[in-house]
Amino acid sequence: MEASIKHITYYLPPKIISNKDLSKVFPEFTPAQIFKKTGVKKRTHTSVDCIGSDMAFHAAQKLFTESEIDREEIDFLIYVTEGLDYKAPATAVILQDRLGLSMNIGAIDVPLGCSGFTHALGLAKMVISSGQGKDVLLLFGDTPSFVSHPKDFVLRSLFSDAGAAVWVSLSDIPSIGHFVYGSDGSGAENLFVDQSSTRNPLDQKWLDNNEDANGMLYGQMKMDGLEVFTFSLQRVPILVNDILKKNKLSFEDIDLFVFHQASDIILKSVQRKLKIPDDRMAYYIEDFGNTVSVSIPIALSESIKEGRVKKGSKVLVAGFGIGYSWSGTVLYY
Amino acid sequence: MLIFNIVNVKELIEKLEEEFDEVESGSIKPETEFTDIENWGSMHALIIIALIDMEYDVTLTGQDLKGMKTVMDLFGIIKDRT
Repeated sequence: MEASIKHITYYLPPKIISNKDLSKVFPEFTPAQIFKKTGVKKRTHTSVDCIGSDMAFHAAQKLFTESEIDREEIDFLIYVTEGLDYKAPATAVILQDRLGLSMNIGAIDVPLGCSGFTHALGLAKMVISSGQGKDVLLLFGDTPSFVSHPKDFVLRSLFSDAGAAVWVSLSDIPSIGHFVYGSDGSGAENLFVDQSSTRNPLDQKWLDNNEDANGMLYGQMKMDGLEVFTFSLQRVPILVNDILKKNKLSFEDIDLFVFHQASDIILKSVQRKLKIPDDRMAYYIEDFGNTVSVSIPIALSESIKEGRVKKGSKVLVAGFGIGYSWSGTVLYY
Repeated sequence: MLIFNIVNVKELIEKLEEEFDEVESGSIKPETEFTDIENWGSMHALIIIALIDMEYDVTLTGQDLKGMKTVMDLFGIIKDRT
């Protein structure tokens, strides 16, 4: 039993943060300098009225309008986010009801981040190929702006909030390849949301110290940029080669490399190390920023719209980052 | 393993000057401190990590970066590991 991606769509919250807007908060940088440093022209920041699952909900509604999906037929729902609604119940279960899906479905959350899309796609393939379901709905919603300190230039300029919806369905033609997965928890502290849950809940001292930042109620993302960069530069080329090997493909077979849109400098360095020609490398960070688990769905959706992915294309997708966690596969269009 | 990559400080400087687009050719010396390079910032450290990884197959750690002051220090690290 084979699986294929039938449709991908995404939702962006309306509030756009331009480099001019950022420059007002960080007057030490001009808009041109911000672009040069980050490669990002605009990013979207959502509000507390529209959190991750709301953006996922909006993306799902778009998916229902844009595609042939029958919501009654969905038999498994996977929601990827690092900003769950509650510790319990699972947000995916709440989304089942909100979206009017059948009650005879499995609904689970996957709190993975940058490798979330490729892991969730692997899970969808497992559900379908093992005969446990025919139509899997993948939803994504990430809100890194909630955990980025307002004075943290690197995080505020790089990260962006967004949601996405992907329909994976039983198919006659094999179109999702073999997966490679990896996890290395020893990198946890290099990209980390501090004071955000049971291990170290926020306390009065935290709230007092962060009074000027509305208390940082959702915790605070802390990133060791050097370590994360080094991890990416070492890990992604190995991941790409492992994916090629597992799928018995050569580098030349791949028409487009779609990586998690981590940062412009990470993408450029990985591209250079792997010697990927410009026309086979996906950059969708300039207009979107780093949208965590949503970045690959956005990049795939845009490359399909632009005609860079068409019938017959082989697309290598690879997610990597927070955890550390990484995964990837090849999509056959 | 044979030492196939004899690192030369002049060659390293040329590569660094090529990477930093705001730096004029000939302006970096072995004794130049990185923080004195024009518009030095955190991005430069990432550019150095990527350059040294690709050109010399040496992985610099955050610790290496924090410990080195001059171009000669970087040269020393590369030489020790190639």
